[in-house]
Amino acid sequence: MTSPAPNNLTMSARHGASPPRTSLSRTSRWRLPTDAFWPFLLPSLIGFLIFTAGPVVAAGVISLLNWNLFSPPTWAGLKNFARLGPDPTFWSALGNTVYFTFVSVPVTIVISLTLALLLNQGLRRIAVFRSLLLLPYATITVAVAFVWIWLYIPHDGLINAVLGLVGINGPAWLIDDNWAMPALIAMSVWKSFGFGMVVFLAGLQAIPQQLYEAAKVDGSSSWQSFRNVTLPMLSPALFFVVVTSIIGSFQVFDQALIMTNGGPGSRTTTLVMYIYRTGFENYDQGYAAAQSLVLFGFIVVITAVQFLLQRRLVHYDN
Amino acid sequence: MTTEATTEAMTKPGAPTHKLIVFACFLVTAVTLIPVVMMVLVAFQSDAESMAARPSFWPSSWHPENLTRAFDLVPLGRYLINTVIFAGGTTLLETVTAAFAAYAFARLNFPGRNWLFGIYLATLMIPSQVTLIPQFVLVAKLHGIDTWPGMILPHAFTALGVFLLRQFFLGIPRDYEEAARLDGANRWQAFTRVIVPLAIPAIATLAVFKFIGQWNNLLWPLVISNSDATRTAAVGLQVFQDTNGTQWNLLLMAATITTVPLIVLFFLTQRWFVRGITMSGLGGR
Repeated sequence: MTSPAPNNLTMSARHGASPPRTSLSRTSRWRLPTDAFWPFLLPSLIGFLIFTAGPVVAAGVISLLNWNLFSPPTWAGLKNFARLGPDPTFWSALGNTVYFTFVSVPVTIVISLTLALLLNQGLRRIAVFRSLLLLPYATITVAVAFVWIWLYIPHDGLINAVLGLVGINGPAWLIDDNWAMPALIAMSVWKSFGFGMVVFLAGLQAIPQQLYEAAKVDGSSSWQSFRNVTLPMLSPALFFVVVTSIIGSFQVFDQALIMTNGGPGSRTTTLVMYIYRTGFENYDQGYAAAQSLVLFGFIVVITAVQFLLQRRLVHYDN
Repeated sequence: MTTEATTEAMTKPGAPTHKLIVFACFLVTAVTLIPVVMMVLVAFQSDAESMAARPSFWPSSWHPENLTRAFDLVPLGRYLINTVIFAGGTTLLETVTAAFAAYAFARLNFPGRNWLFGIYLATLMIPSQVTLIPQFVLVAKLHGIDTWPGMILPHAFTALGVFLLRQFFLGIPRDYEEAARLDGANRWQAFTRVIVPLAIPAIATLAVFKFIGQWNNLLWPLVISNSDATRTAAVGLQVFQDTNGTQWNLLLMAATITTVPLIVLFFLTQRWFVRGITMSGLGGR
């Protein structure tokens, strides 16, 4: 029986038996009226064109306008894009977003991978640990952001109290110029490591044990097995998690809005927060649309670079 | 993990390294859960204790009345119902329309099919902030601000559902529909009686993911809802913070109240949730 789904979906026996198809050629499909696809396609297509594809095109148009929503728009040409160059807030938001992304993604991935390897050591209660470790991923960001503000209370907050036990005088975290971003990053890592962990765990469990046995026969140490068997076999999963994590991190918003509101100063103002403020606090829709397209441009470039690297670094098993 | 070969490569139960691994797992899990546990503990502290200059960790007295007090400060019940309407509405609409469209893309021939699917795919890469401004303008012009259609419709037609379900439908052998056809079924019956039952795990996965994602959505409800009529829990919490910022016990009680339903849902549906993560991660290659 051919597997009907990519994911070991078990089929009921009723459907499992191959139906007779000896008398049936591959080409004898339904004879359909040519417009039979419309009822299937139309509900999705109408909504998609109006609410997804249309707005993408409209974003391009709005970025070329001066528009505050209340008065009629005027043509701005590329002026909104030209405004980005001398705008210090934009550059600091970009810098903050890059800082956030390039610290939080590697840290998250190392933690996810370590925990996946730990859980894959033949534990009997693996599903229980997996669920509990995935819990932060399934909480509301706004709600847990409050708890993290509480954990970060300067002087006697839980985190600084624990640091005090080992003689470290903890910083004021969210209101400290240099520690606000690391504090946001730590919260974000906590919130999201479960995703990668689950992907890696599934990837690890799909590696055939024969490969490890063969490596053992060849005299591999456990580090060599990890380097030569686990990492190559896991590389597609790693690639996927890196790409999606970077895209997600570039769009960080919720925790920064709740925990620091972009502060202190603009130390934690992210690109999406700046887009939100430009569009919905300053009502400068044209400029906000231009910023959002630049954000998209960054994501496209970073993703394209990763796909180029993928050819050299990712091992596909087929 | 039943074969000898499998266990051999791993540590044996009872061995010192195995005990160390179990201990490490317990430790990591305990540390991970601290924020969630503290959220609940502080929620039951007295006003004085939770707002003291020196925060206390274990409540010295328990105050279950904080539960009703949080509901009195802001209409949390209303916000929760709104969240269910918003997350449920987008999920239902997206799952149903995506299933139909995915079937058309996977099985039906029509002119421009691959071209159109390419457009769907292209929008998958585009971050939601790009469509945020135009969607807001569109909803505002149609007088949809603070209404359910304005909240739900713009987030119910993403390409993700169509993409995921099409991939799944393509994996179902055509023979099953051929057999249904021999039994006299038409396309509609083949879809509803053969494809949909087989695709229940994929459809459930999509639904759970979408629902949890929308429960968490802050940005869109933040710009579209401006009254209690449509305000969701995520936005309601932000309002709560603005008005009762330092009242830690009630703030964290409100956070607990809005998080617990999601955690319960997560435990009930995690079979699909985990499958969804691994499907997106490994099925995508």
